[in-house]
Amino acid sequence: MTDTPPLSLKVPQPECRPGDTPDFSGIEIPAAGTVRRPAVDEQAEAMRDLAFTIIRVMDDEGAAQGDWAGSLTDDEIAQGLRDMMTLRIYDNRMMTAQRQGKTSFYMQHLGEEAISCAFQRALQKGDMNFPTYRQAGLLIASGYPMETMMCQVFSNEADPLHGRQLPVMYSSKEHGYFTISGNLATQYIQAVGWSMASAIKGDTKIAASWIGDGSTSENDFHAALVFASTYTAPVVLNVVNNQWAISTFQGIARGGAHTFASRGHGFGIPSLRVDGNDYLAVHAVAKWAVERARRNLGPTLIEHVTYRAGGHSTSDDPSAYRPKSESEAWPLGDPIDRVKKYLIGKGVWTEERHKQAEAEITDRVIECQKRAEAIGTLNSGHVPSPRDMFEDVYAEMPPHLVRQRHEVGY
Amino acid sequence: MTQMTMIAAIQNAHDLAMARDENVVVFGEDVGYFGGVFRCTAGLQQKYGSSRCFDAPISELGIVGAGIGMAAYGLKPVVEVQFADYMYPAYDQIVSEAARLRYRSGGEFTCPIVVRMPTGGGIWGGQTHSQSPEALFTHVAGLKTVIPSNPQDAKGLLLAAIADPDPVIFLEPKRLYNGPFDGHHDRPVRPWKTHPLGEVDPGYYEVPLGKAAVVRAGQELSIVTYGTMVHVAIAAAEETGIDAEVIDLRTLIPLDTETVMASVQKTGRCLVLHEATLTSGFGAELAAQIQAECFYHLEAPVLRVAGWDTPYPHAQEWAYFPGPDRVGRNMLKLMEA
Repeated sequence: MTDTPPLSLKVPQPECRPGDTPDFSGIEIPAAGTVRRPAVDEQAEAMRDLAFTIIRVMDDEGAAQGDWAGSLTDDEIAQGLRDMMTLRIYDNRMMTAQRQGKTSFYMQHLGEEAISCAFQRALQKGDMNFPTYRQAGLLIASGYPMETMMCQVFSNEADPLHGRQLPVMYSSKEHGYFTISGNLATQYIQAVGWSMASAIKGDTKIAASWIGDGSTSENDFHAALVFASTYTAPVVLNVVNNQWAISTFQGIARGGAHTFASRGHGFGIPSLRVDGNDYLAVHAVAKWAVERARRNLGPTLIEHVTYRAGGHSTSDDPSAYRPKSESEAWPLGDPIDRVKKYLIGKGVWTEERHKQAEAEITDRVIECQKRAEAIGTLNSGHVPSPRDMFEDVYAEMPPHLVRQRHEVGY
Repeated sequence: MTQMTMIAAIQNAHDLAMARDENVVVFGEDVGYFGGVFRCTAGLQQKYGSSRCFDAPISELGIVGAGIGMAAYGLKPVVEVQFADYMYPAYDQIVSEAARLRYRSGGEFTCPIVVRMPTGGGIWGGQTHSQSPEALFTHVAGLKTVIPSNPQDAKGLLLAAIADPDPVIFLEPKRLYNGPFDGHHDRPVRPWKTHPLGEVDPGYYEVPLGKAAVVRAGQELSIVTYGTMVHVAIAAAEETGIDAEVIDLRTLIPLDTETVMASVQKTGRCLVLHEATLTSGFGAELAAQIQAECFYHLEAPVLRVAGWDTPYPHAQEWAYFPGPDRVGRNMLKLMEA
């Protein structure tokens, strides 16, 4: 006999649900510039503190502060602002296009633009991202043609993936963007393997892996950390903690750990937590981690703390599971507004110039969209031929597929 | 020609592939320093260095997943899953990733990985060291599935698999590693040196994927099989005195339908044989295709002989395993039909 009361199952719950007042008081936010920047070769054990804080550069007044500031020139930051604005405007156009039936599905980045746009600027040509579906800023910032992105979203005849993939599951070897799986987390370990290959060959290329807070629960995440740790792989392991995995709050994946960054500690991997809505901080931390990888010092785990201000996808309605006003209460602000404020504060940007840039970018995006739509959209009939569905299953089409293709009439 | 066991032939294929192409890398559990629990990678780390042949953490998902990344980079990873029974954690990586990289990226990213797995029973391995999961791979578009039945083929097929631009699942019947086991478990073990296919060309050669072999010519009945069952089928043919033609598929996908159909159209009777469980096994695919292609040549319905639809048992192994007696009885049944 035991004298303890009966057991009961404890299921974590978010701070608030629809109808509640949003509450982010549980997130401890240090002032910008107060978190130290260790040397890139500092031992993981000596920087455990960095997994329990948030590295921030831009303060509330828009000024850059502390050791992590200064990784970019003001011109580069202005370019970063344009990248983020481009991504947001592109998203808006594609969300509308989906509602107009021009495509089946879309996923936007609202509130998370800084992460992928800034990270890409820390990479070099030849490096490879293994992205999830919410890092299209990697493509935008690497100069990938927007018209081609749209052709993929519209699954038209110019879609380089021949209509085989869901919208937004882009792929570009040349632009360092690995084909998106759509199965969560699978690519995380592949990035580690890819970076190991670079090390085996004695090359200088590094890999960057991407995962969301929810899918860190997958075995692939843990396998990736073991392999990265064991072989000192030249890889940057990004966790984008946007608080929500569809309707499931991040606590369901995080469990009893205080942060996702601290997952790296058991593997001896240097692990940092960064303000994901701070373009300057994301870039500085990315640059630091990329330098570690490039100098063969091994992997770095980065938790990007952000908020998914939009729905998970066009098939999702977040008002069913979280307060409508939650995104306004998000304490790290909007990534575009913050960089705009920084640049205005530095005297290199104005409200007027911002409006002008917005108009220019919108025009450019509309131009691209017109060209892409002229080629075709999912509902216009100008989609790839059924013949294409039999190609690329194997390098050489085996007889049984040739027979099946003939049966379809090709 | 050199005498080799299937283990030596597989080791030799690795050795030649690594010497020929510096992009070939080999890893898996116990594969590096020790050379593998079955010794198929013995000496490779010593010869080619620990960055080309190394031990991996016990994570089949990690081994295959990292291998996929390496293959996408441009390497030729040849990874070992210690037993086919352990591959399930890697199944998502094989099915959703390796098999589809070329397709979903429009040909931009490819995955020339070879995943080797010892397969099948007959070694008192119980349910976790005896399974034959080939049908789980043949059902997946984008994979090639290979199962050799002798040292000469094992070497040539493995070299062809390594040279292939697509992912190849390479299943090694572990009961054949050391000899041509014919299912007579109560008789003395026969070594490969007593078998003509234990004579192996020491140089580089490929046995093309997608080509079956007629390993015993016959007129009365066709046995379509692969792996360990090739030897069981030959024994059953000899013991029943039925003039059976035995076809060793060697590659399941792509399937050499020409050789299979030509044989069945000639004999008019067909027994499909595998060690894996019966229901939804690869034999079901064979039987369906054979009846569709050879219906008007058939004297009797296509008969399947396979492992029972149970988990692979330990103490009852020889009641489970489709040995020459069970195969022989079914051959006689087929001749009477």
